[in-house]
Amino acid sequence: MTTPALRLENLSKTFPLGRRLFGPERPGVRAVHPVTLEVMPGETLGIVGESGCGKSTLARMLVGLLPPTTGTIQIEGRALDNADPAVFGKRIQYVFQDPISSLNPRKTIRQIMEAPLKLLHGMDRAARAKRIAEIFATVSLREEFLDRYPHEFSGGQAQRIGIARALAAEARILILDEPVSALDVSVQAQVLNLLADLKARLGLTYLFISHDLAVVEAVSDRVAVLYFGSVVELGRAEDIFRAPRHPYTKLLADSAPVVGRPLTAPEARETELPDPLNPPGGCAFRARCPRASDLCAAKVPVLDGAGGRHAVACHHPLQD
Amino acid sequence: MSALALLARNRLALGGLIVMALVVLLAILTPLLPLAPPNVTDTGNRFLPPFSPGAPLGTDHLGRDLLSRLMWGTRLSLAVGIAAAFVAATIGAAIGIVAGYYGGRTDNVIMRGVDMLMAFPYILLALAIVAALGPGLMNALIAVAAVNIPFFARNIRGITVGIAHKEFVDAARLSGMSDARIILTEILPNVVPVIVIAMSTTVGWMILETAGLSFLGLGSQPPVADLGSMLGEARAALITNPHTSIVPGLMILVIVMAINLLGDGIRDALDPRLKSGALNRPLPATLVAPDRQPESQQNDGILTLDNLQTQFRVKHRTYRAVGGVTLSVKPGECLGIIGESGSGKSVTALSVMGLVASPPGLVTGGSVHYRGDDLIGAPYRQLRSLRGSQIAYIFQDPLATLHPLYRIGDQLIEAIAVHHSISRAEGRKRAIDLLNAVRIPNAASRIDDYPHEMSGGMRQRVGIAMALANDPEVIIADEPTTALDVTVQAQILSLLDDLRRDRGLAIIFITHDFGVVGQLCDRVAVMYAGRIVEQGPTRAILDAPRHPYTARLMACVPELGAGKRRLEAIPGLPPPVDDLPPGCAFAPRCDRATDTCRRGDIALESAGDRALRCLQPVQPQEAMP
Repeated sequence: MTTPALRLENLSKTFPLGRRLFGPERPGVRAVHPVTLEVMPGETLGIVGESGCGKSTLARMLVGLLPPTTGTIQIEGRALDNADPAVFGKRIQYVFQDPISSLNPRKTIRQIMEAPLKLLHGMDRAARAKRIAEIFATVSLREEFLDRYPHEFSGGQAQRIGIARALAAEARILILDEPVSALDVSVQAQVLNLLADLKARLGLTYLFISHDLAVVEAVSDRVAVLYFGSVVELGRAEDIFRAPRHPYTKLLADSAPVVGRPLTAPEARETELPDPLNPPGGCAFRARCPRASDLCAAKVPVLDGAGGRHAVACHHPLQD
Repeated sequence: MSALALLARNRLALGGLIVMALVVLLAILTPLLPLAPPNVTDTGNRFLPPFSPGAPLGTDHLGRDLLSRLMWGTRLSLAVGIAAAFVAATIGAAIGIVAGYYGGRTDNVIMRGVDMLMAFPYILLALAIVAALGPGLMNALIAVAAVNIPFFARNIRGITVGIAHKEFVDAARLSGMSDARIILTEILPNVVPVIVIAMSTTVGWMILETAGLSFLGLGSQPPVADLGSMLGEARAALITNPHTSIVPGLMILVIVMAINLLGDGIRDALDPRLKSGALNRPLPATLVAPDRQPESQQNDGILTLDNLQTQFRVKHRTYRAVGGVTLSVKPGECLGIIGESGSGKSVTALSVMGLVASPPGLVTGGSVHYRGDDLIGAPYRQLRSLRGSQIAYIFQDPLATLHPLYRIGDQLIEAIAVHHSISRAEGRKRAIDLLNAVRIPNAASRIDDYPHEMSGGMRQRVGIAMALANDPEVIIADEPTTALDVTVQAQILSLLDDLRRDRGLAIIFITHDFGVVGQLCDRVAVMYAGRIVEQGPTRAILDAPRHPYTARLMACVPELGAGKRRLEAIPGLPPPVDDLPPGCAFAPRCDRATDTCRRGDIALESAGDRALRCLQPVQPQEAMP
């Protein structure tokens, strides 16, 4: 069996709420419940979820920007347990959501591109210039851009620069955190196609995070659906989109605006996400779920792939 | 605009700069000038009045030449004041950056220490430091620098906290940078303008403080003069020989005034918020060009735009944000405007009620007719009575449009009270009805919530309730669901759809999402580079787009249920609206374009209920890529 490119085991994050002057310590906010996932080399794992579901917290833990509360991360079979982005940097890189604000406004593109080459790989000046030229050719950016400042670029160009910087570290795994949600649709397609080309050419592994189901479907081999900090459904993309098993996945799919579908709110009730300071017992989705029963209030469902179908964390999964 | 040009535009700052440059130049040249020795006493010639031969400004109580002492004293005072400012800025900024970058316990310990330093009255602290170190100019410099460190530390810490959480700092960490390198190469360059601003506004104050210490005899020691000690020595002769005090006093006044004017100018020139024109207060309604050609109403509808043109004029550039848009909407109808960012859809919407910020916005042509009246160029009172009561807006980000410090109920009541005189109780009842109408659960209790206590979807419902507050005829919704999650978006869209059916509202719905248009809108107008390129019934356009831009834009959008695949991208970028190509703006990105497409103006041709601005339209039987 091949070693997974990325393996996380029981990774979780709890943000402390600070101590009270008197009385017991406050419990803290569980942003990510223990998650176990594997991503195979050359695979794209899509992570779908709405705001507040913990997808960005998860991504930041994977690149070492945030120390996990529990759990371990293995990259290509080797454990990484110290939260040091410089150690992570060579093996796993991150592409940010907002392309402009991820570039320092007071540095030229050349300075931004040189940092990972110099600091992670210790290249000399000539080697750096050669490598930057290679990378820019790969992401189809013109070299004359190198001496300009970030504010001179459009969102799509800036995102290409962000991707180029991630490639410069020569990591084989990229965490793409909503890489196209700040872009216009025509540019979004350019960037998605570029990402697909790069993956094929350089043999990269992607973790693609997005709130947009249609985008995730277009790029992913496997998909994990995140709700309130937990993976509620995990499986091959075509299985999940053809026959979602978790009622939340179904709700997401039914909510996406699609030409020709009549406009009805897929939820009868006007619902809000649960309060993270006061999390509900049992299944976090039950207040919004048409299939909820007493069992759902009593017991947290676990992710279970029994019965030959893809894994779902639900007491009453949908049938075909 | 360069910072220097901005500085020069400020007359007072320019004056300050010139005066300061002169003073500094003279101070630098002092050793070379043919001046009498400053410290040689000549008691025979004491208290000579100004304009005496050999002593243009007179002499002091020991017969020393005042002009010479003034020049040498100014040199010393400037040097000490500026040195103190540099020392305070360097140490203060270092403390502030370290505290702000590391945060947590480091921040707490450092900033509480700074707070303690600030708890002492300022001049007392300086006196205590000098008392401990002994009098002398160097010790005065240390004292003045020390008491000013907290000011810099607190200022810079605040800025650093904001920068340390920016994504580019995370990116730098992933590039392998150490903390020290991040502070030096990522944080510091972004903090330097703030340090310069803080220094330019405090250096005058520090010169005054040094002079104060010298005046008390704790700074420069006789016989060496600085401006403060000159004043101190002249104190005894203030009544009998006032010129001995007036000469150094005037110099202090000139220096401090000039530095402060210059400092304000530097602050205005460097502050990015002021640079973008925040100092210009926008007018209450968008300006209208005097040579605007009004247009007669071309279509029926409660609200029609007739060849509307809006431009932004910034210096020598003209940005044609809206280049002649003709639209109409009827009661109960929903018109979608679809386009990418920069296509002019939001400016079109804001131009209707004169909400485009002026300057730099300017309506240069066309008309907006509401019930037959032209709103462009209408008196402000008329616009104001229509805003909110007849034509209301819903904006993209409800967190930005709701006031964070007022309860949502109060904001709703205020929106009603602008147009109707109602009692508070009545207003509250109306507000609860409105919240119920937008399906906010437990409206009666949530009316007392603050905006931050609500989720994004609930806030946008409040935004819609506010737009409905005065029963408007037309609602202009500018990407109202873009910031929301899809499950919430579905709820908001179905709410808007119900409202328009129940109340006969005319809705202009601006979006970039074909799915949303397809579900909500009766008709759709596609905008590109400030103009409508295709318009017609939604179904017809979505089934058979005729403009290549519409067709290719639709092909770009990933649609659910199609599996993993390659998307059709449009190469290139939309043209900048200050440099539009002749002919069709889409021609450079279009694979159907011919030479005729790149020449002349291409008209929007109507055929039945559809309109099209294209010479090479996609034929209905053709399958687009």
